[in-house]
Amino acid sequence: MQLHSLAFDVSHTLAGGLVLISFLMLYQDRLYSLLNVFALHAVVLALSVAWQAFIQDAPHLYVTAAIALVFKAIIIPVALHRIVQRLGIHRDIEAAVGIGPTMLAGMGLVALSMVLMLRVTPEADPLAREDLAFALSVVLLGLLVMVTRRNAVSQVVGFMSLENGLVLAATGAKGMPLVVEISVAFSILIAFIVIGIFLFRIRERFDSVDVSTLDDFRGERR
Amino acid sequence: MMSAVALQMSCVAALLAAAALAIVLSRSRNAAGLIYGMTITISVVATAAAMNWLVRGGPEASALVLPVGLPWLGAHFRLDNLASFFLVVVNFGGAAASLYGLGYGHHETEPHRVLPFFPAFLAGMNLVILADDAFSFLLCWEFMSLASWALVLAHHREPGNAAAGYVYLVMASFGTLALLLAFGLLAGPAGDYGFAAIRAAQHAPGAVGLVLILMLLGAGSKAGLVPLHVWLPLAHPAAPSHVSALMSGVMTKVAIYGFIRVVFDLLGQPAWWMSVIVLFLGAVTAVMGILYAMMEQDLKRLLAYSTIENVGVIFVGLGLALGFQANGLRLAAALAFTAALFHVLNHSLFKSLLFFGAGAVLTSTGERDMDRLGGLIHRMPKTSFAVLVGCVAISALPPFNGFVSEWLMFQAVLQSPDLPQWALKIMVPAVGAALALAAALAAACFVKAYGVTFLGRPRSAPAETAGEVDRYSLTAMFILAALCLFAGILPGLVIDALSPVSIDIVGGRMPVQANEAWLSIVPIADSRSSYNGLLVMVFITICASSAAFFIHRFASRALRRGPAWGCGFSDPVPAAQYSGESFAQPIRRVFGTLAFHARDHVAMPPPGDTRPARLRIELHDLVWERGYRPIAEAVGFSAGWLNRLQFLTIRRYLSLVFATLVTLLLVLAIWS
Repeated sequence: MQLHSLAFDVSHTLAGGLVLISFLMLYQDRLYSLLNVFALHAVVLALSVAWQAFIQDAPHLYVTAAIALVFKAIIIPVALHRIVQRLGIHRDIEAAVGIGPTMLAGMGLVALSMVLMLRVTPEADPLAREDLAFALSVVLLGLLVMVTRRNAVSQVVGFMSLENGLVLAATGAKGMPLVVEISVAFSILIAFIVIGIFLFRIRERFDSVDVSTLDDFRGERR
Repeated sequence: MMSAVALQMSCVAALLAAAALAIVLSRSRNAAGLIYGMTITISVVATAAAMNWLVRGGPEASALVLPVGLPWLGAHFRLDNLASFFLVVVNFGGAAASLYGLGYGHHETEPHRVLPFFPAFLAGMNLVILADDAFSFLLCWEFMSLASWALVLAHHREPGNAAAGYVYLVMASFGTLALLLAFGLLAGPAGDYGFAAIRAAQHAPGAVGLVLILMLLGAGSKAGLVPLHVWLPLAHPAAPSHVSALMSGVMTKVAIYGFIRVVFDLLGQPAWWMSVIVLFLGAVTAVMGILYAMMEQDLKRLLAYSTIENVGVIFVGLGLALGFQANGLRLAAALAFTAALFHVLNHSLFKSLLFFGAGAVLTSTGERDMDRLGGLIHRMPKTSFAVLVGCVAISALPPFNGFVSEWLMFQAVLQSPDLPQWALKIMVPAVGAALALAAALAAACFVKAYGVTFLGRPRSAPAETAGEVDRYSLTAMFILAALCLFAGILPGLVIDALSPVSIDIVGGRMPVQANEAWLSIVPIADSRSSYNGLLVMVFITICASSAAFFIHRFASRALRRGPAWGCGFSDPVPAAQYSGESFAQPIRRVFGTLAFHARDHVAMPPPGDTRPARLRIELHDLVWERGYRPIAEAVGFSAGWLNRLQFLTIRRYLSLVFATLVTLLLVLAIWS
C-alpha cells in the first residue's frame, strides 16, 4: 500500500511536470530556449515512461523510455539546433496570439481535459485516469503551440510535444504492445525527417521559415 | 413449367442482353431495327404473360430469390396482381414505343446514345415492379432513373437539354433519398428489408405519417406532383419522342406503383387523415398541371404538363380510395381504386399516342413550337386522325376511354356522403369540383393543341412542306388509337380484369360487369348510375352521319374554299391566324393573374408613328421562382462562402482542426 501510494505520487508528479513544461513552451519567445524546453519535456517523458515500466513490471517500456530519451531528448533537439544555425533563422518567435491569452487558453484546455477525463472514466484505475487527463492536456497544449506560432520550427516542436502526450497516454494504459510504440516512434522520426526537408525547401525558396511567406506565395492575404 | 415470376425475370434478362448487344452494335447501320425488334418481341411476351395472369383472376403470388445484392438479404422478386397490372402497362407501352422507334429511330443522328439505354430503361421499370425487398426496389429505381437520365441527355448539345438533365438528376436523387428514408422507417429497428416482413410488422402512427410524407416526396417527385414537378416538363420533352412517351406514359406510372405498393400494401390499414393530404395534393396537381399546359406553346412541353394533370387525377383517385378504406367502405374504395388504375392504363395509352404524334410532327417539320405549325391535317392526314383520337380521349369525351375513368372517378366522389368525417365530407366534393375544372381545362387545352397544330393554315415553311411519317410510326399510333376506343366502349372487360388487383389491395371489388346487358358498366348498383360506351358511340355515329348526310344531300356536295374573314385586312398572312396564345388568353385572364402573376404589356406607339404595336405577355412560374430559386440561391451562396475554406493558411487549417477537437470535447464534457 505504501509503495502503491508512492508509485502513484511519483507518476503523478512526473505527468504533472510534463504539463508544466508544456506551459513553459507556450511562453518561450526564442527558438533555442524553446528547443531546450522541448528537450526537457522529452527527458521528463522518458523518466515518466521508465517509472511506469518499473511499477508495471513491463520491461519493454524501458525500450520506449530509451527511444524517447535518445530520439526526442537528444537527436531531434540537436538536429533542430543545427538546422536553425545552418539556416540562420531569426531566433525570435513571432507569435500569432499574445503570450497572455495563450496562457489563459492553455489553462482552459487543461481544465477541460481534467473535467472531461475525470467524468467519462469514473470506474477506471485512478492512476490511468490521472495519466490520461494529463496526457490529453499535453496533447491539447501541443496543438495550441502549433496554432499560435508562425515559425515552422516551433510548429515542429509543437507537433513533437503533442506526440509526447500520446506516448504518455499509451504508457499509462497497461498492456500497450511494444510494436505499436516502436512504430509510433518511427513515424515521428519520419515525420521529423519530412518536416526537416520541408524546412530546407521553404528556406531555399523564401529566405525564411515563417510559414506566412508560403501564404504570400499562394497569393493569399493573412 | 417456368413460374410466372421467372418468366418475367427472363424477359428482363433478355432486355438487359439487348442493351449489352446495343453497346456492341450501336454504330452499325441495322442496329436500330435489330434492337427495337428485340424489345418489341420481349415486351409483347411479357405483356401477354402478365395479362394472362390477370385474366386468370390472379393466382397465388409467385416469388423468386436471387443470390445477388446484400449477402444476408439476397434479391427478392415477386409477381402478384398489382405487379401484373403495372407490368401490362409498362410492357405494352414499351412494345408500342419500340414499334414507333422502328420508324422514328431512322432519323436519330446519334443512335449509340439511345439504343443501349432504351432496353435498359425498360428493364429497370420492370425490375422496380417485380422487386420484393427495399434494397432491390431502391437499386432498380435508381437504375431506371439513371437509364432515363441518359436518354434525356441523348441530344445533349441542343440548348436547354443539359440543364434539363441536371435538374432531373438532382430531383431524382432527392426522390430516392426520400424513398430510402421511408424504407428505413418501415424496416424499423429490426432492419428487415423484405417486403413480406414490412407487411407483417405493426407500424406506429407517427412512422406511418412520416412514411406517407416521404413517399409523396419520393414517388411524387418521380410522378410529377406539384410542387415537385419542375423537372418533368424540362426532361420529358428533351428525350427522343418515343422515350418521352415512355417517360410520360409509363415511368410516372411506375412511380404511382411505388406509392400504391408502400402506402396501400405495406403500411396496412390507412388512417382517414392520410387521404386528406393525398386528395389535396392530387387536386392542386391536376389544376395547376393543366393551367401550365394551357399557357405552353411547345407541343411536347404541353404534353408533359398534361401528364402532371393526369397524375393529379390518379392521385385524387388514390386519395379517395384511402379515405373510403380507412372507414371500411370497401365497395366505394374499390370503385375509387379501380378508377385510379383505369386512368393509369388510359393515360399510358393516350399520352403515348400523343407523344408519338408530337414526334411525328417533329420529324416531318422539325418544329415543336405550335405557333410555327398549322394546317398539318392536309399534309399528314393519318397522323392527324390518330392524334385527334388521342386528344378526344385525353379530354375525357365519350365514347373514348378517358371518359370512362373520369366518370368512375366522379362516381366515387359522389359516394362521399357515406364518409363519417366532416373534413372529408366537405373536402371530397371540393376536390370533385377541382377535378371537373381540370377536366374542362384539359378539353380546352387539347382543342388549342390540336387546332393550332393541325388546323388552319401553315405558319412556317417547314409546316407547309411537311409529309406523312413512316408506316411503323403510323401503325404504333393507330394501334394505340384503336385501344383507346376499345377500352372506351368495352370498359367492363378492363374493370373485371382489374378486380383481382382491387381485392388484393383494398379488400373489395366492383360488381362483376361481364353479366350486364349491352356492355353497360354499373359502378355501384343499377338503380344509381350506369354508362354504356357502345350505345353512346352508336348514338354519336348515327347523329353525325345523318347530319353529314342531310347537309350533303340538301346543301351543295362540292367542297368550297372561300376567303376567310381577315379582320378587315385584304391579305391576311398565316401569322395573323388565331394563335395558341390567343386561345389561351381568356383562361389566362381568369386564372393567370393568381396562378402565374400574368401581365399583358401593350406597347402602343403614338399616332403618326409607323412602328407596329406590340403585345408582350409576362408569365411567372411561381413554384420555380418562390420555391426552387431561393433554394438554389441559398445553396450557391453557401457554396461560394464555404469555397473560401479551400484557400486558408496552414495555421488556419490547424486552428480549424483544433477548434473542432475542443468543441467536440466540450460537447462530451457537458453532455456526459
